[in-house]
Amino acid sequence: MGNGRQMGQPLYAADREDFREIVRLVRPGARVLDVGCGSGELLQLLRDEKQIDGRGIEIGAEGVSACLAKGLAVIQGDADRDLAEYPPMSFDYAILSQTLQAVRAPKEVLSNLLRLAERAIVSFPNFGHWRVRMSLLTTGRMPDTRSLPIPWYETPNIHLCTLRDFTELCAELNLRIEASSAVSPTHPARSIDCQSPLENWRSESALFLLSRKSAATAVTHRPGDLFA
Amino acid sequence: MTVLSSPRPDQTEGVLRLNQPLCLDSGQVLREVDIAYCTYGRLNADRSNAVLICHALTGDQYVASTNPVTGRAGWWPVMVGPGRTFDTDRYFIISTNVLGGCMGSTGPSSIDPDTGQPFGLSFPVITIADMARAQAQLVSQLGIETLFCVAGGSMGGMQALEWARANPDRMYACVLLATAPRHSAQNIAFHEVGRQAIMADPDWRGGDYARLGVRPEKGLAVARMAAHITYLSEPALQRKFGRELQRDGLSWGFDADFQVESYLRHQGAAFVDRFDANSYLYITRALDYFDLAQAAGGKLVDALRPAAEVRFCVLSFSSDWLYPTSESRVIVRALNAAGARASFVEIESDKGHDAFLLDEPIMRAALNGFLDAAGTARGL
Repeated sequence: MGNGRQMGQPLYAADREDFREIVRLVRPGARVLDVGCGSGELLQLLRDEKQIDGRGIEIGAEGVSACLAKGLAVIQGDADRDLAEYPPMSFDYAILSQTLQAVRAPKEVLSNLLRLAERAIVSFPNFGHWRVRMSLLTTGRMPDTRSLPIPWYETPNIHLCTLRDFTELCAELNLRIEASSAVSPTHPARSIDCQSPLENWRSESALFLLSRKSAATAVTHRPGDLFA
Repeated sequence: MTVLSSPRPDQTEGVLRLNQPLCLDSGQVLREVDIAYCTYGRLNADRSNAVLICHALTGDQYVASTNPVTGRAGWWPVMVGPGRTFDTDRYFIISTNVLGGCMGSTGPSSIDPDTGQPFGLSFPVITIADMARAQAQLVSQLGIETLFCVAGGSMGGMQALEWARANPDRMYACVLLATAPRHSAQNIAFHEVGRQAIMADPDWRGGDYARLGVRPEKGLAVARMAAHITYLSEPALQRKFGRELQRDGLSWGFDADFQVESYLRHQGAAFVDRFDANSYLYITRALDYFDLAQAAGGKLVDALRPAAEVRFCVLSFSSDWLYPTSESRVIVRALNAAGARASFVEIESDKGHDAFLLDEPIMRAALNGFLDAAGTARGL
């Protein structure tokens, strides 16, 4: 999970615009965990532009090695297995950039992100985008679009969702959507109303800034149960 | 302090007498303790560039200079030297022979000042923490308050972990290679085989062989042979030796027919020339007693919590079955839970536990990056 930015084909091609929007959202000097940090470009960008105290998790050894060469603190691990060990609220932000769709248990991962950090920044390719819908409708085959270019039998994306699916999951997990934007490889990010059905057609990829609505209603998570 | 020699202007080796008695975990006290050590590079003006490299079970202080016993160029020359990962142009490298060792540090073959005879089994049982305690005292006597880094592989990594537990404010960074936070049942079991082999040798003489002028070479060689298997991976052994024979045809006897037998016999024979049997007993015991969490009520995270400000780099090797990746992950989880700045990579290698001693490009790249970033942050 999250080796997409490390080698070869990206999970999704809009990384750069994605990164720019994330850098815009993050508060200077914050403590940041980047889950699926690849070879560390985003952490480096955040360090250089926002002076963050950053940590990363990356599944591939070469990616971790590249991160260490950049002076970043990164552990080899994956989102499904290794988030539970972090103490609650050890970070200001947990970032999951274009990785949610590749994890085994997205709901647990999302819960965990908002357990270990005050805010989560999550981006994913929107399966409700018109290109995806058209591709499936016209060809009758799994979508082959610029944002999802890998054939179904090779793609690491095992839990694709639409904008609507995601906002419903946020509601179920009692998460507050503080900001949402549409990102694409060709256009700068633009703020969107994530509840709008039109945006579910228009947004190629979506990026959310999330927090918990209140501690009292927070989904409790037993540390260690991902290892059971 | 006796400086025995200076092979090069930026290298020294010597033996230092600790200026106070060493209180051991066992409750016993060693009154006179010598620690043999080597240094490489130069200590900077503000004494902030010192790196302590800790050796493994059968290593010694000759990390990157000629070992006078074997004539070999140290045990880690690929990693330590000018322009290397542990760059002697940038860092002042210190390596010691562990307490209990047999290369000049006080150990069971040393003379007991009370009797004038070799200690033998009257030497107190020591621990990894006792080794680190002696090192800390030596570092102090060298006039160094804070180390830039404490690094080690295998048992060396355990000493580095113990440093992080006991002296986190005296170190900036910590490198842990192919190591574990405690000895497993399997680890203890293999060591017990080795110890029993030594003690079964009639020349061991209840540990009193030095006074009686004999050496339990056969037992020590068998101990080494058994241990050596645990340092290699099955695929590496298979690739190197397979079922290849030493000569044409079988001997139909118990000579070393197979190349792997001959190799192990050679490993055993070469080892007894440079190692003391009682040191082997004491150091393997120290390893077996090692359980970092124990000092903190059984919770590793509590043992490492004081080290939250230390930068850690943890590396494991995929084919290491002595201290497998799962053990390194236990350390990394505890470091994360403690809020420490930890980096971790499992390096793909089929060379088994001993991979950390070899030239592994990914290990070098990862360590170069880690040390360079830490050094820069430290102003070195």
